[in-house]
Amino acid sequence: MTKPKTHGFDTLSLHAGARPDPATGARATPIYQTTSFVFDDSDQAAALFNMERAGHVYSRLSNPTCAVLEERIAALEGGVGAIATASGQAALHLAIVTLMSAGSHVVASRSLYGGSHNLLDYTLPRFGIETTFVDPRDLDAWQRAIRPNTRLLFGETLGNPGLEVLDVPRVAALAHAHGLPLLVDSTFTTPWLMRPFDHDADLVVHSATKFLSGHGTVIGGLLVDSGRFDWNARNAREKFPTLTEPYAGFHDMVFAEESSTAAFLLRARREGVRDFGACMAPMTAFHILQGIETLPLRMARHVENARAIVRFLREHPFVARIGHPELPGHPDHDLATRLLPRGAGAVFSFDLNGTREQGKRFIESLKLFSHLANVGDAKSLVIHPASTTHFRMSDEDLRHAGITEGTIRLSVGLEDPADLIDDLSRALYAASKT
Amino acid sequence: MQFDVAGRSVYAYTGSRPFVPARPTMLFVHGAANDHGVFALQSRYFAWHGMNAVALDLPGHGRSEGDALRSVEAIAEWLRDVLDALAVEGVNLVGHSMGSLAVLECAARHPQRVARLALLGASAPMPVSDDLLAAARRNDHLAYELINGWSFAPPSQLGANQWPGVWMLGNAIRLMERARDGVLATDLDACNRYANGVAAAAAVQCPALVIAGARDIMAPPRNTKALIAALRDARVVTLPDTGHALMAERPGEVLDALRSFLTAVE
Repeated sequence: MTKPKTHGFDTLSLHAGARPDPATGARATPIYQTTSFVFDDSDQAAALFNMERAGHVYSRLSNPTCAVLEERIAALEGGVGAIATASGQAALHLAIVTLMSAGSHVVASRSLYGGSHNLLDYTLPRFGIETTFVDPRDLDAWQRAIRPNTRLLFGETLGNPGLEVLDVPRVAALAHAHGLPLLVDSTFTTPWLMRPFDHDADLVVHSATKFLSGHGTVIGGLLVDSGRFDWNARNAREKFPTLTEPYAGFHDMVFAEESSTAAFLLRARREGVRDFGACMAPMTAFHILQGIETLPLRMARHVENARAIVRFLREHPFVARIGHPELPGHPDHDLATRLLPRGAGAVFSFDLNGTREQGKRFIESLKLFSHLANVGDAKSLVIHPASTTHFRMSDEDLRHAGITEGTIRLSVGLEDPADLIDDLSRALYAASKT
Repeated sequence: MQFDVAGRSVYAYTGSRPFVPARPTMLFVHGAANDHGVFALQSRYFAWHGMNAVALDLPGHGRSEGDALRSVEAIAEWLRDVLDALAVEGVNLVGHSMGSLAVLECAARHPQRVARLALLGASAPMPVSDDLLAAARRNDHLAYELINGWSFAPPSQLGANQWPGVWMLGNAIRLMERARDGVLATDLDACNRYANGVAAAAAVQCPALVIAGARDIMAPPRNTKALIAALRDARVVTLPDTGHALMAERPGEVLDALRSFLTAVE
């Protein structure tokens, strides 16, 4: 039997979207540090503006360096394309405003990154978009929360910081039964651990700041379209007029007619990036591309190191609980085994057997783990969510998100695992003696 | 726009412009298990430059009703019905792959209706491999993967799309996945069985343009040459490092070739 001719994940991580620079032969993707691109003539200029031709006009709309990154993440995710944004938050915002207007509603997992929770719970209601938060494990709750004006279901592949595993296939099936798309934040997993489109999600957002760039150097986001959701389907088309009706802001273009597969991306770029303007800088795209080149190698090591640390912590008497889906006692252990066969990532939380003061002492005693508000760095990181990333959440919301006063979140880096364990061991000892 | 052909609703993309009977018309015909969208970066230009761009969804494809037509000859006759429905004379026909065979046959059968003919990724015959046909008949996803693997030239397999941010391989396979069960098999069967290509080319009376990918393995170059030799008035544009998916791989160059052709044979 003939086999399809396709490239593997590792090859795509290095090459997708890029060719040697036609002008210079440069092998690395050049940083096209320019605002604008010279037109050949007036006809070409007009054609580019009107989407009659493909190409770059102005770097807010598109840029060659960013375009390489957009193709690369789309290739790795198995999507049709992507848009690089100023941050992960900008990618989430772009997805939402492309799909809906005031009067619309989102159903979201309540186990979200604090910044996403802020956007949905506090900021978007000011613009007429409301969100109902549900227990991500409770499929009935997802279903009950869907209203006639719901336009999107949203969750994280791995909840932050409790690592609730989103049952992407079942939530996607529920969304599709209601003519709705499922948007998934895949920041913690990256396409190396899970490709949500393989499990029927429709859209993916990444904070590329994290594992994709991998070195804690840049802020950036990516919004990826599977191209699979049928915006023109009978049970969907009335819900998404931004895609199925003429858009006066672009010569009455009907995006779902322009492309059956890339309608969402067209609108997101031609309206959302154009008008809200949260584009990615080409220098940032370059750094993220450098990171993605080694994504498979890094993710394997991140996961391996995280497992070593989980093994250490679960035996430690000063550790009350570890929330990691690879542990048999985790409520999502079976689901993680199915959806995340390569591992459940390198960010997880645990609770100390102690007071808030002891938690503070623990964090301040660490030497290799850096105390800061980020994850997915090559260097190991630590934070106290209740007082930092999730501090705006109410006590009840914190409880629902699985966060206590004693919860510590680790992002396990690429150091020698023995050195990390030694660091943790000393800090746990110091905290326990406080 | 949506209009009726032989009692069935047909969709055609017109570049967000109204169809104006008084204007010259470019009719775009897609290939197997595709839709109008494969011509997005060619058709829209003409719609905004004084012409009607009519990029069809063939019956049973995209938003058009009915079942996929079972032979190239049937598609050619259906195209004549489209011309009747739109009351178009002197049309410019553009077809890709299976669509190229259909417009070729249509131009041969109805020479008085066709002003110019553009054949993209064309060959006669256009044989289809047994493995691909078998996979398509099983509605096996493998069929889409095989076509995708063969349709893009090696450089394009890694992307670097002129359309910023779009992964052309992913976009191509996702479009095919939208085809209803059986459509790809019907289309490929039609290509495989079509035996009249060279004779049809010899019967074409209007100027023709052949745009070929230098690395097209779906439409074998020797069969494209046979077609070109039979056409009495043919211009040929061969795109280097390009495969069968040439509108995606080289959107600007394909558009420029079409524009030059129109200008050259005013």
